[in-house]
Amino acid sequence: MEAITIHKGTTIPLMNNNIDTDQIIPKQFLKNILKVGYGQHLFHDWRFLDDGTPNPDFILNKEERKNATILISGDNFGCGSSREHAAWALKDWGLKIIIAGGYSDIFFMNCTKNGILPIILPQSARNTLAQLAPDDEITVDLPQQKVICQDNVYSFEIDATWKQKFIDGIDDIELTLKQEEKIRNFEKNMPVFE
Amino acid sequence: MGKTLFDKLWEKHVVSGEEGEPQLIYVDLHLVHEVTSPQAFEGLRTNNRTVRRPDRTFATMDHNVPTKDIFNIKDQISRKQIETLRANCKEFGLRLADMGNEDQGIVHVIGPQLGLTQPGEIVVCGDSHTATHGAFGSIAFGIGTSEVEHVLATQTIWQLKPKTMGIHLYGKLQEGVAAKDIIMALIAQNGVDFGTGYAVEFFGETVKQLSMENRMTICNMAIEGGAKMGMMRPDQTTFDYLKGRKYAPKNMDKAVEYWKQFYTDDVTDYDTVIEFDVSTLAPYVSWGTNPSMAVPVNATLPKITDMNVQRAYDYMDLKPAIKATDIPIQWIFIGSCTNGRLADIQEAARVMKGHHIAENVTAWIVPGSRTVKNEAERLGLDQIFKDAGCEWREPGCSACLAMNPDKIPVGIHCASTTNRNFEGRQGKDARTHLASPAMVAAAAIHGHFIDIRQEEAI
Repeated sequence: MEAITIHKGTTIPLMNNNIDTDQIIPKQFLKNILKVGYGQHLFHDWRFLDDGTPNPDFILNKEERKNATILISGDNFGCGSSREHAAWALKDWGLKIIIAGGYSDIFFMNCTKNGILPIILPQSARNTLAQLAPDDEITVDLPQQKVICQDNVYSFEIDATWKQKFIDGIDDIELTLKQEEKIRNFEKNMPVFE
Repeated sequence: MGKTLFDKLWEKHVVSGEEGEPQLIYVDLHLVHEVTSPQAFEGLRTNNRTVRRPDRTFATMDHNVPTKDIFNIKDQISRKQIETLRANCKEFGLRLADMGNEDQGIVHVIGPQLGLTQPGEIVVCGDSHTATHGAFGSIAFGIGTSEVEHVLATQTIWQLKPKTMGIHLYGKLQEGVAAKDIIMALIAQNGVDFGTGYAVEFFGETVKQLSMENRMTICNMAIEGGAKMGMMRPDQTTFDYLKGRKYAPKNMDKAVEYWKQFYTDDVTDYDTVIEFDVSTLAPYVSWGTNPSMAVPVNATLPKITDMNVQRAYDYMDLKPAIKATDIPIQWIFIGSCTNGRLADIQEAARVMKGHHIAENVTAWIVPGSRTVKNEAERLGLDQIFKDAGCEWREPGCSACLAMNPDKIPVGIHCASTTNRNFEGRQGKDARTHLASPAMVAAAAIHGHFIDIRQEEAI
């Protein structure tokens, strides 16, 4: 997993509340058996018109936002289906950080596994960030837990363990397998009903 | 200070870690399906890892399965996904309820039906509706594919202990009001994220009176209120349901004795409590594009208060202040992990019996599993639906998420017993209206919703 410490980038605002994972990546793109290649289908039904051409009004299609790495959004981002394809698609598109009012619990976990940093900021801060011009850069400082935007500095909370995971970019399974003895002991003592 | 059902289950499963930080939790049952697992198995192969406990893992196919001709998957990529699961199960030595197999069906229908889901367990699956299994007094939740890989390799998962929420359900449901209406009303009144960060337990007199099927419907949709875990105390209804099932313990007495320790000591033990009187509830119908956008069937649709509501009205092609019963229904779907069990099919058949669906309505009935289908046919329910003009189909997830060919056409209003009314969920530009099986069956007959409490004829 790619590590995140201090990230500088431009933003893309998508301020709807309750953006569900069906919108982030519609089901017809879940049939692939790979982890890559989902970026081209990110927000498919919003990005493309019925005739398959890009919707010129949709912000992801704006040329000046194509290189944005920070998504600004509403409350309850990533609700609904558990599909990790949503995180893969955001990452594959080039997004590294999401700043929203909140996240579904499953989507949050999927972000922690893929090096996408999900930050929670209040609406007033997000409204300010949503006004930024396409080439305005902001800085996300994970060790300091701060989002720095011109003269404004917004602090955010994050669980210490997840924070360290983002900074180190560690593979969970390797870590867990070091606990083999504890797992084996647990299994020895657990009740089994035949 | 006592403990909640959730606390007791959690502490029995901690392998390592302290409260307040992510803890390593042991998983008793891992259910696997074709859509969210291929990348996980690929990860195992890349790293030369094996499945730690094949005996605690069970796989089936449901999302892609066609419900007309199950052995003829025309979509090449769907077929590849199905074949990949088959190959992975073989390679890693996993049990698989393959297509055509007696045990095959929607993963959240077959887990309980086979007695795999049991009280006191931690159950996970790469699917958000895993909350369903909490109805048995277990901690059950959906996980992403990286977590699927982690559970396959280690039989454990890292989780931060959530807060607890008790939802006290009291009062007696009116005739014609269903378990589905309870959970839909809760979400309509509290929003789609009221349960985020919480493990939710439904408790109270109302819960005690509910069948296991109805309990599963409620826990299934806990996730639509943001709670990835919904659960209920196991009781005699739970134990009676499990007895004699294929993978249930043979020595039930010993198991029941163990299971009986899982209950909440006192209502003050929850971090937060919602009181909910079900006796005044009307049947609910969703009008918008998330499950909280729903109203009692006898109500009018709400005002436009912000851009999210405006957007929902535009997508649904509806207007504020019309009555829920005025929404035209051209399609109905009965099935899914929310309402695809035998009791749901029976309830729909009871309403449908002796009637015919309205002229402009298409009706799909999709049993939740092969066993549900066989049992329904043994009871002659398929004939009731066929006589009414409905299509009786093969089991699977079907038009709940429309990954297989079962899609609701563009612009069509579909009354559906499913769980999500998101934009495009049942097909591009399809318009979903969530409701209970009886409400959906009645909507098929009339071509619009009716208040089934007032309908003498059905």
